[in-house]
Amino acid sequence: MATLLIRGGRVVDPSQGIDRIDDVLVRDGQVVAVGLAGAQPIGKADETIDATGLVVTPGLVDMHVHLREPGREEDETIETGTQAALAGGFTSVACIPNTEPPIDTQAAVEFIHQKAARADACNVFVVACVSRGREGKELAEIGQLVEAGAVAFSDDGAPVYDAELMRRAFEYCRMFDKPILAHEEVLELSRGGVMHEGLVSLVLGLGGMPAAAEEVLIGRDIALAEVTGGRLHAMHVSTGGGVALIREAKRRGIRVTAEACPHHFTLTDESLRGFDSNFKMSPPLRTAADVEAIIEGLVDGTIDCIATDHAPHAREKKMLELDRAPFGILGLETAVGLSVTRLVNSGRIGWPRLVEAMSTLPAKILGINRGTLRPGSVADITLIDPNLSWTVDVSSFRSKSVNSPFHGWTLQGRAVATIVGGRVKYRLG
Amino acid sequence: MSTAAIAHETVPSHWQHRHLLDLERLTSDEIRTLLDTATLLKEATDGCRRKLAVLNGTTIVTLFFEASTRTKTSFALAARRLGADVVDFSASSSSLSKGESFIDTAKNLEAMGIDAVVVRHQTPGTPHLLAQHLSVGVINAGDGPHEHPTQGLLDIFTIKERLGDLSGITVGLVGDIAHSRTARSNLWGLMKLGAKVILCGPPTLVSDRWRELGVEVSHDLDAIVPRCDVLNLLRIQFERQNTRPFPSVREYAHLYAMTRDRLKRAKKDLLILAPGPINRGVEVTAEVADCPQSLILGQVANGLAVRMAVLWLTCGPRAAARTGGESSSSATRIY
Repeated sequence: MATLLIRGGRVVDPSQGIDRIDDVLVRDGQVVAVGLAGAQPIGKADETIDATGLVVTPGLVDMHVHLREPGREEDETIETGTQAALAGGFTSVACIPNTEPPIDTQAAVEFIHQKAARADACNVFVVACVSRGREGKELAEIGQLVEAGAVAFSDDGAPVYDAELMRRAFEYCRMFDKPILAHEEVLELSRGGVMHEGLVSLVLGLGGMPAAAEEVLIGRDIALAEVTGGRLHAMHVSTGGGVALIREAKRRGIRVTAEACPHHFTLTDESLRGFDSNFKMSPPLRTAADVEAIIEGLVDGTIDCIATDHAPHAREKKMLELDRAPFGILGLETAVGLSVTRLVNSGRIGWPRLVEAMSTLPAKILGINRGTLRPGSVADITLIDPNLSWTVDVSSFRSKSVNSPFHGWTLQGRAVATIVGGRVKYRLG
Repeated sequence: MSTAAIAHETVPSHWQHRHLLDLERLTSDEIRTLLDTATLLKEATDGCRRKLAVLNGTTIVTLFFEASTRTKTSFALAARRLGADVVDFSASSSSLSKGESFIDTAKNLEAMGIDAVVVRHQTPGTPHLLAQHLSVGVINAGDGPHEHPTQGLLDIFTIKERLGDLSGITVGLVGDIAHSRTARSNLWGLMKLGAKVILCGPPTLVSDRWRELGVEVSHDLDAIVPRCDVLNLLRIQFERQNTRPFPSVREYAHLYAMTRDRLKRAKKDLLILAPGPINRGVEVTAEVADCPQSLILGQVANGLAVRMAVLWLTCGPRAAARTGGESSSSATRIY
């Protein structure tokens, strides 16, 4: 029986209320115990990791990742994307189904599972389409997709535009207790836009995407979640108004959760002044006030979790005029550094809240048996050096693409080891 | 600086730019240098009619991704007046229509040994992108609704010729501010030179947010006309709009066209500019466009002077370096 002992780290596991210096013992891919007092004597472990000075967390879960396969393997593949996840400290990702073809059949879900197994990196959980072909016209075969293993439903990349279809999706998914991950955008309001509508877009003459485009649809979906009892998960919330709507909905007991992306609590629309398409994503970078509102939402729990919206695009696609370049940036390999730097080391949140936002809650929202170090749970574990100062270098990324706006940034905090099912799948250096 | 300085091919030492991308990032001194240089070149060329040799051996490419007659012709003439060779690169007949990216296209041109690219493109920031990827000079001849620096400069040059100092004068920019690169370049240039700027038009075309820059925003043309020393009437860019920002052309003209009635309530010496191509009957009635206060054609002529100044300041040092300064004493280069 293979044993792994992680010694002397700061174990942070919000699912059990643990935050203390302790050991973690793993046997045969499962957590035996945090602390050796409760464990059977093991003699000498097969492998021991000295975690002194490191934070030991249940494996991080990114519930919003575009792996691009099938269909756009020039941007990313399941293999390169899951390798990037490991390097970023993620033991699990949920992949979004806006592939070509979209993931809306059992066979497509099966394809992802097989590719992920072959890649043998991190866990891949499949988010399947709400609507057949992501066309927004009729429901996909949600029941069969659930049987195939889909953990949530989303037409991300685009909103579910027909309000009645969205209502039916909420109602129908309720019987499987699956959330709908919603891309919130009124397309008529953001048409032709490449960045947040504000003073900067005005000065640069670039088409604007107003905050209202996001907030109007968040408002609609909250109302639909309320009337149906369905589960709404608002993806990549970027505006202060959106945070306020979700806070109020939660207060009223509506089943809504939300995520924010590291770039939305780090950068503002001022970044577009250099006309660099690596700052173009949807929803767009907003104002300093929005950044602050997102952070407050993360502090008070209105925003449940941090997700990256990892969106690789091959270099030649991004090296175009700003209106022709696609939306989206990489996220997996910078998420920990940005979150630790912007949120933890700046004193806005503590480690337990960060681990909750990057592991416990995304696992809970997706209903997957991850995000905990309880005895008997799958031994997905991330070791983070909270003080490691490092410089982002896209040429060292494991992702197939390099479209990160953070190239050259110095960040604090980095995953130094990523353990999946008790096996060390990644070690820094 | 004097005419002699031009003959000696010495660009003022405080001019440090290889590119002209926008007016927002120029200092007021740099804008003054551009305008002063335009004045000198206008004189040295006898009103832009004679040729100089200061850019002999320089090759300038006009790379226009959007239709243009006046700006492209004006740049080409300006370059030839300074002795440069001009090559027109027609975007529609090129390999761009075969799917080549515009950066690759520009890199190909660069490899042919050119000195500067004059670029017009429908996307804001495209000249900035080229400047990052190319080692040659890049001159912005209009990037979408962002900026059109030489148009802004020539409008200001035209005002300055009439009024001298710009500080304290009030300039109304009227019309489609939302989609107007000319408005943005005028705005920055005028503000930096101390003029008061009023933006005027319906809220669908003139955002109140402009006030954050310290300019006045008005939605009532009748209210501002009596206070203006200059009115710059900007074209409605129907081609850039998703949904029409006003109910009808008739209603727009009723509220915002410069008419003889409105002219009567203006200051006697009000100057009227229109960067054109004008829609007669929309932004301005024919009788106002052709009235004595209208500088519309004068603007076109001054375009040459301003563009010569821009080309000389950005390409001059390179041209001088190539000739090894051997011509530094040859006043005879003005022929």
